Amino acid sequence: MSNQREQADMFLKQMESFANEMKKAIGLPIIPEPKSGAQLWYDQREITLKFLISVEKIKKFFHEGLAQGKLLATRCKKCGRIFFPPQVDCPYCKTSDMEWIELPKEGELVTYTIITTRPYSFGHYPDYTVGVVKLKNGVQVTAWIRETDPKKLRVGMPVKLEIVKREPEGYLTYEFVPVEEE
Amino acid sequence: MTRNVAIVGTGHSKFGNRYDVNIAELAWEAIKQALEEAGVEQKDVEFVSFSNVGGWSSEGLASVVTLEYAGLTGAELYRVEAACASGSAAIKAAHDAIASGQADIAMAIGVEKMNESPTPTVIEFIGRAGNFFWEFQNFGLTFPGYYALYATRYLAEYGATEEDLCRVAVKNHYYASVNPKAQFQMPITVEKCMKSRYIAWPLKLFDCSPITDGAAAVVLASEEMAKKLTDSPVWIESIGVSSGTSNLSRRDDFLHLEAGTIAANRAYKKAGLSRDDIVRHVDVAEVHDCFTIAEILAYEDLGFAKRGEGYQLIRNEETYKGGKIPVNLSGGLKAKGHPLGATGISMAVDLTRQLQGRVEKERQADIKVGRALAHNIGGTGHYAYVTLYSLSKPRR
Ligand SMILES: [Zn+2]
Repeated sequence: MSNQREQADMFLKQMESFANEMKKAIGLPIIPEPKSGAQLWYDQREITLKFLISVEKIKKFFHEGLAQGKLLATRCKKCGRIFFPPQVDCPYCKTSDMEWIELPKEGELVTYTIITTRPYSFGHYPDYTVGVVKLKNGVQVTAWIRETDPKKLRVGMPVKLEIVKREPEGYLTYEFVPVEEE
Repeated sequence: MTRNVAIVGTGHSKFGNRYDVNIAELAWEAIKQALEEAGVEQKDVEFVSFSNVGGWSSEGLASVVTLEYAGLTGAELYRVEAACASGSAAIKAAHDAIASGQADIAMAIGVEKMNESPTPTVIEFIGRAGNFFWEFQNFGLTFPGYYALYATRYLAEYGATEEDLCRVAVKNHYYASVNPKAQFQMPITVEKCMKSRYIAWPLKLFDCSPITDGAAAVVLASEEMAKKLTDSPVWIESIGVSSGTSNLSRRDDFLHLEAGTIAANRAYKKAGLSRDDIVRHVDVAEVHDCFTIAEILAYEDLGFAKRGEGYQLIRNEETYKGGKIPVNLSGGLKAKGHPLGATGISMAVDLTRQLQGRVEKERQADIKVGRALAHNIGGTGHYAYVTLYSLSKPRR
């Protein structure tokens, strides 16, 4: 059984080969929509979306955080507010005088969902669970939860943060693991 | 000085898989109808706010493409974006242009052509409608997924069930089946909904609004102009707007949408109404049911039910026609369809026709106080618009 991304690719490939045949036959990439029969122009242009996103100001999050096995947040030295996702500016104090702090690893599951119908760029993964976790210091973090059986998940269950390598891409990120309960 | 603003013309395309038209042709179906109902020509339209989210469709500037096709080129033109609430934002912008005296006749036009891209691509685009870097990049949340986070917590906290969610779908599919403009024309049962596959647990296929092509348009006019154009204007009584955090991890709880609650309170305050007895002052409502849980949250955010009791309204069938407060007699986003940019304007069109007593008999609400409510949410409570429409001219 192919994954959702391969199925989506296959769907477009079939339309493309159909359009190519139509180009040979009538000189036009016009194909009938399978259900309605309406005539569709098969786009002859294509782009790849790939963004270059600046992490310059939050580079510590990656190099001193994830790479060292830690999840970091920022704290405003003036008002003490903790920011996760980290912000390098406190909009309330209008200051950039912030410090980096490590977040606690223990927390409890606030809510969760198991994603079965996936976006194109996640179509190569098996089903995954996304949850929001409240850490011991009250900061909430969104991440994958390493359990996809709804019977083994519940609101309020204890979970622990782990820094992990996301495969097959092979990059560092963070996720939560259910903690065995007594 | 602000001036009263009325809806004097409405237009609505058939919603669904519209492979038979391109984006401008689709929009024209609604524009033509709205112009004809209002009895105005393109040259009379001074201001257009255009609602289209796009990404999945080929025209990057659908606004100018559509205005050229529709003979409206030259009008003062803005494209507005408030995700799934873009249509309500467009109405607000056109309303404000008239209320402030900058225009006498304006249009709000909304169109979306979502089926130009394959489904996984559309899911990707909507999944990015939160916080791309911190929610999507690593964790691949989807639009059903965001609302599923609310559903999980709501069901766990209040003891509502997946059957209760399905009851919303059953109601909205029923009303869609008597609305010829709706995408889905078949009623469903709770059993059928419960047997459908999970999309984002605990939300199933029938808990979710579909991918839809569609267009809607309204012509708005100043009080003076409205008097000349129509005997039956529907007035925009008040509009309340608010916004929410992009990261859902920064929400206080997953039991309500704060932006929706604030928007409602602001709309009620402007109209001199109280949320405590709001159901007595509204004949019919269209609420943002992109997912079944969203309709239940809306009941509570709008004050139709107390916190934690929204699911009882649908369980007791109090949001059907003839009930305490009829909701989504159009079929809602859930079953009429949800072409993002058109949705808020579609709500305005349907509620105008409801107040004027001219929708299909099976779904026509009893109009007693002459007021209707539209609740339109962008993203997952990222934007919120609550608009009150009235047969009585507001006092300024
Ligand atoms: Zn501060």
